[in-house]
Amino acid sequence: MSIAAEASDLSFPHRHLLGIEGLSRAEITALLDLSEQAAKLSRQIDKKRDDLRGRTLINLFFEASTRTQSSFELAGKRLGADVMNMSVGTSSVQKGETLIDTAVTLNAMRPDLLVVRHHAAGAVELLSQKVDCSVINAGDGSHEHPTQALLDALTIRRHKARIEGLIVAICGDIQHSRVARSNILLLNTLGARVRVVAPSTLLPSGIGRLGVEVYTSMREGLADADIVMMLRLQRERMTSSLVPSTREYFHFFGLDYEKLARAKPDALVMHPGPMNRGVEIDSNVADDARSVIREQVEMGVAVRMAVLQALARHLPNR
Amino acid sequence: MQALTQDQRSPSRAIAFINARLIDSSSRLDQTGGVLIADGLIADLGPHIAAGAIGDAEIVDCGRRVLAPGLVDMMVFTGEPGHEHRETLATASRAAAAGGVTTIVCMPNTDPVIDDVALVDFILRRARDTALVHVHPMAAMTKGLLGEEMSEIGLLHDAGAVAFANGKASLANAKVMRNVLAYAKDFGALIVHHLEDPTLAQDGVMNEGEVATRLGLRGVPAAAETIILERDIRLVELTGGRYHAGQISCRASLDIIRTAKLMGLPVTCGVSINHLTLNENDIGPYRTFFKVRPPLRSEDDRRAMVEGVASGDIDVIVSAHDPRGAEGKRRPFAEAADGAIGLETLLAVALRLYHNGDVELGRLLQALTANPARLLGTGSGRLGKGAPADLVLIDLETPWVVEPERLRSKSKNTPFDAARLQGRALLTVVAGRLVYNYADNPGP
Repeated sequence: MSIAAEASDLSFPHRHLLGIEGLSRAEITALLDLSEQAAKLSRQIDKKRDDLRGRTLINLFFEASTRTQSSFELAGKRLGADVMNMSVGTSSVQKGETLIDTAVTLNAMRPDLLVVRHHAAGAVELLSQKVDCSVINAGDGSHEHPTQALLDALTIRRHKARIEGLIVAICGDIQHSRVARSNILLLNTLGARVRVVAPSTLLPSGIGRLGVEVYTSMREGLADADIVMMLRLQRERMTSSLVPSTREYFHFFGLDYEKLARAKPDALVMHPGPMNRGVEIDSNVADDARSVIREQVEMGVAVRMAVLQALARHLPNR
Repeated sequence: MQALTQDQRSPSRAIAFINARLIDSSSRLDQTGGVLIADGLIADLGPHIAAGAIGDAEIVDCGRRVLAPGLVDMMVFTGEPGHEHRETLATASRAAAAGGVTTIVCMPNTDPVIDDVALVDFILRRARDTALVHVHPMAAMTKGLLGEEMSEIGLLHDAGAVAFANGKASLANAKVMRNVLAYAKDFGALIVHHLEDPTLAQDGVMNEGEVATRLGLRGVPAAAETIILERDIRLVELTGGRYHAGQISCRASLDIIRTAKLMGLPVTCGVSINHLTLNENDIGPYRTFFKVRPPLRSEDDRRAMVEGVASGDIDVIVSAHDPRGAEGKRRPFAEAADGAIGLETLLAVALRLYHNGDVELGRLLQALTANPARLLGTGSGRLGKGAPADLVLIDLETPWVVEPERLRSKSKNTPFDAARLQGRALLTVVAGRLVYNYADNPGP
């Protein structure tokens, strides 16, 4: 049985999923619909399907990851694929050469699906040019993280029944965030009003041209927001003088009840994880009833099942 | 083009290039006539050099095509010594000859660094033995290019270093820069500087702005260039040293140069052919062949560079030829080597500016010949009696398509892959010797 049985009109004419950029509204909606089916399936006792039976899925992570990697692993296994995890240390010599060499080596093992995370923007696309299988971007530098944006959209849609017209405030380290870029692209495509809220040092140049409203104050940026999406602040941002201290950052940009009160009463609180409690988000807010952070993780598996399913349709059968 | 006899390839035999459109920007010459060369020099030129009026010289009928001084490219990175797998002086000179470039200046950031008289001597000897065109070394302005101790500028100058540079890095220490400018002035030596504040440009891999933000790449703001340029100009004001900004890339830098020139300071600047014809959008999906330093800027900046050449505020156009192999370029963008080859395509790409009406032909050739020759003191870059017989015969019209595998450089990292160009060098003459004849190996 296929999880796509009820969404057989799915049109997803891409061989790879390298980013949200280039996806149409219809394609995104189709993936979200398919993800709903997968979410239902994942709540059953028997979660196992055979859509990907005989297929090999390789998780190739050049950057450490817990939840994204295990999420893809579980998604692949629930669909019946053979899953192999490969973690390549970032300390490997000659990273670029390793990338191409690894791609060629892996390609010779004839995988059907390759899930890749890499610390350099564009690296996954580069790799996709060297292999014969379908490639899924699980995060490339500060560029894109498409499955994260899809799972965020799915989570929002399940609670708000729509994306169009919602005010979504993405808050924190926009500069270094692939999650922010993919979300901006996806939410704009689906008609949301996207805001970014961050100190100027964490806002990349020209961000306003990506179709977002730019705020440097949480009070203003969160006003009447339907969705408050927090981003992780890496420790090294303090040492590179982008923000002075975690204390100051939390004071001005950490999500606490006072700031959250500016948003709509039924606003959702989201975070791609892993959270720094007390840095970008107050611990109680993270566990509040309005927080859907754990549901995001659940939807992560569903979205990845849908993506694997959609791409597998284009795999050669012989 | 008629084939030349073997005889014409030797420097001693007199050759008359007749029926040519002579363009010499240094004397504002643009007329039909001929050039007579003998013993490696231009013996005579003008309308009277015509068939039947020049004794027993071999005759080359130029078919009314442009005959100009050979190009002088004052920024060429080769791999010799140290990275000969990328490019040698010999291969770079073959690329130069095929592009109508008769003089190249090789940059000092080799391995070892050209910061010693013996290295200058090495380059000159290797060039004499292996190169088809004139090669002049630029020497390091600080020992090892470390930006700390001044190199032996006087001795290096006397040994044949035509200018002094700091490789692909700015000299961050203002005091050292001041001393270099002041000391070099005593020898009349030219300082050529790379403009990039090392702290502001740190981690940056392309122009800062919307395109970089979309690609998730760190940007280099234009201010990284202007901060160093403004500082340097204050130091020129202080010292009176001859200063040349190797490559400018943005409109703000052009404004600074204009102001410095109005102040009467000994300041000049160059721009690369890449920054005249490409912009940040060409990077598209992480094309590493478009990764150069300074980075390709916005279209407005590119327009400013073209305007600067047209107005004469930008003195020199360089290829910034920088050969890089697959090991440097087949990488994720942020990790890829920067640099693009350009010697062989320099002239043809520059002709784009002429064909689309942006820059008048004489002005364009001036930035490619007379101006760099004057700055470097090579005595070439001009058509005049007694000048070196360094010439290029240019076909302005014939279209062709760049095929990287046909280029003579050892490395094929051209950003002009499959570019449609119009015009090219047909004959290249260096010191009276024919070093390139398109008719020998015609291609697309």
